[in-house]
Amino acid sequence: MAIIDQVSGTTASYAPKSIEKASVERKLDLAFKWFTAAAALFIALIMAGIVANLIRFSLPAMKAFGLKFLADSTWNPVTERFGAASSIYGTLVSTALAVVIAVPLSLAIALFLVELAHPAVSRVVGGAIELLAAIPSIIFGMWGLFVFAPFVAKYIEPPLHSTLGWLPLFQGPPMGIGMITAGMILALMILPYITAITRDVLQMVPPVIKESAAGIGSTKWEVTWNVSLPYGMSGILGAIFLGLGRAVGETMAVTFVIGNDHRIAASLFAAGNTIASTLANEFAEASEDTYRSALIELGLVLFLITMVFQVVAHLWLRRVQKTSGRR
Amino acid sequence: MQPRSIARRRAVNAVISAISGLAALFGIFMMGWILYEVIMRGARAINWAFFTQLPGPPVSSGGGLANAMLGTLMMTALGAAIGIPIGLFAGVYLAEFGRNGRWATAIRFVGNLLMGTPSIITGVFVYTVVVVTAGSFSGYAGAIALAIIMLPLMARTSEDILALVPNELRESALALGAPRWRATLQVIFRAARNGLLTGALLAIARVSGETAPLLFTSLNSRLWSFTLAGPTPSLTVTTYTYAMSGYATLENKAWAASLVIILAVLSLTVTARFVLQERKR
Repeated sequence: MAIIDQVSGTTASYAPKSIEKASVERKLDLAFKWFTAAAALFIALIMAGIVANLIRFSLPAMKAFGLKFLADSTWNPVTERFGAASSIYGTLVSTALAVVIAVPLSLAIALFLVELAHPAVSRVVGGAIELLAAIPSIIFGMWGLFVFAPFVAKYIEPPLHSTLGWLPLFQGPPMGIGMITAGMILALMILPYITAITRDVLQMVPPVIKESAAGIGSTKWEVTWNVSLPYGMSGILGAIFLGLGRAVGETMAVTFVIGNDHRIAASLFAAGNTIASTLANEFAEASEDTYRSALIELGLVLFLITMVFQVVAHLWLRRVQKTSGRR
Repeated sequence: MQPRSIARRRAVNAVISAISGLAALFGIFMMGWILYEVIMRGARAINWAFFTQLPGPPVSSGGGLANAMLGTLMMTALGAAIGIPIGLFAGVYLAEFGRNGRWATAIRFVGNLLMGTPSIITGVFVYTVVVVTAGSFSGYAGAIALAIIMLPLMARTSEDILALVPNELRESALALGAPRWRATLQVIFRAARNGLLTGALLAIARVSGETAPLLFTSLNSRLWSFTLAGPTPSLTVTTYTYAMSGYATLENKAWAASLVIILAVLSLTVTARFVLQERKR
């Protein structure tokens, strides 16, 4: 195999004290190499195990509900009728909300960090925002449930209702617990990731290009909008997809504030659920086989959604790196 | 094309600059708000008993979460003992042997996917493998779930760090007659020591605040759990159940636990950064 050749090529190049010792060393080297290869292979093994087991354990639910599972919004552990529609809907809506809020904010912050702030200020502010990424999701959940949800109910939902209340999205009582709060907290959680990548992308724009735009009289904003952003657009898109992938599977923060209700409501003020929050909320108590299997099938759906986002993001970013390398 | 007036363009520029400055301020403010609430509410609820005693009778205001702290420590330690070495050697393979080969590229890609897999899915996977097989929830299952989360993280950082070690160092070690394993373990690891340490600390920081993968692997317990063989309490899962309980006394304990979690995670993160900066100097 090709893997072996590389090692024997390098070990042969030193002068051994004795032939016997050299062959021992060579065997050790080969063993070391295979040991590390086994560790690397372990990663693939885990991944294969996740796919295989998610499928295997959701087979009973697949047999019981078929494809209807994806379209049915009933979720009734008593009658043992399960459908994923409300969870899928909640997952996609909360993620979409998060991206819609986080992307413009991240772009603005990245712009500030790269173009406007003094380098020292930029380092401090950038560090603080990166620290936001280190805060565990359960802390966002605690803060979301006890601090932010009441705040949303009091200061964010009423004005939204009075100005945009003619839209079905902003109707209903302002409870604070619901889709919109979940979306805002998710936005806060993916903000540091999108900001960090966007900042790197903007920093990679060659100064010569920016200077030439500035040289013909562009303002800083015009340089950013007409030169830097188009130049780094593909990288930023990749960052957004990575953010999507994170938001889709985020569990604890959402579980705390979304209300865990298996209903599809038109209003963003209403309680809902996501796949992850349903798993967190119900899995440990699910003792019936069909119930548990339906939950694992939900997990499989979530896994597939994240994989789609991830694969698109990675392939996209890789293509971008290749093309920018050629430039 | 109609030429736009310079005054208007300058105004637009100023407005956008102001907005982006405000956005940065907003980010910092939210970060500060979260920290402030956790510290204030946590500090009010925390006391000595919190660190030394078992939870009291249900809904009482006394007692502590010493058992949950021990559980978190034990599961994180065991998880790190499994996940970090495997991840480290996987990184060695990718950086030293596989490099840009087909196998390494594939593994790197799968590692990225595993890193992006939601931690609750890792929990479901470990449930199907360990909990179903063993027939009971256990601290071991929790530790394995944490190890699986650390594995791709550690593989990625160690590969990145090892790739930074200059090739001359590898070549000189091999030229001196060192076999490959010796060159890696004694020369390259030593050169990359701080970076690897940082990677390990960040991986530990990441999992020590994890809740989702523990919910149905280690479950929870109100008792001491010294062996990890049965359901094992953790600070994070206890925070979740207490916060959702609806009792003010338990909610206070959840805030105290949050404070401990955030202090642990942030101090690990900051230490990791500090270690990395030491290297650059």
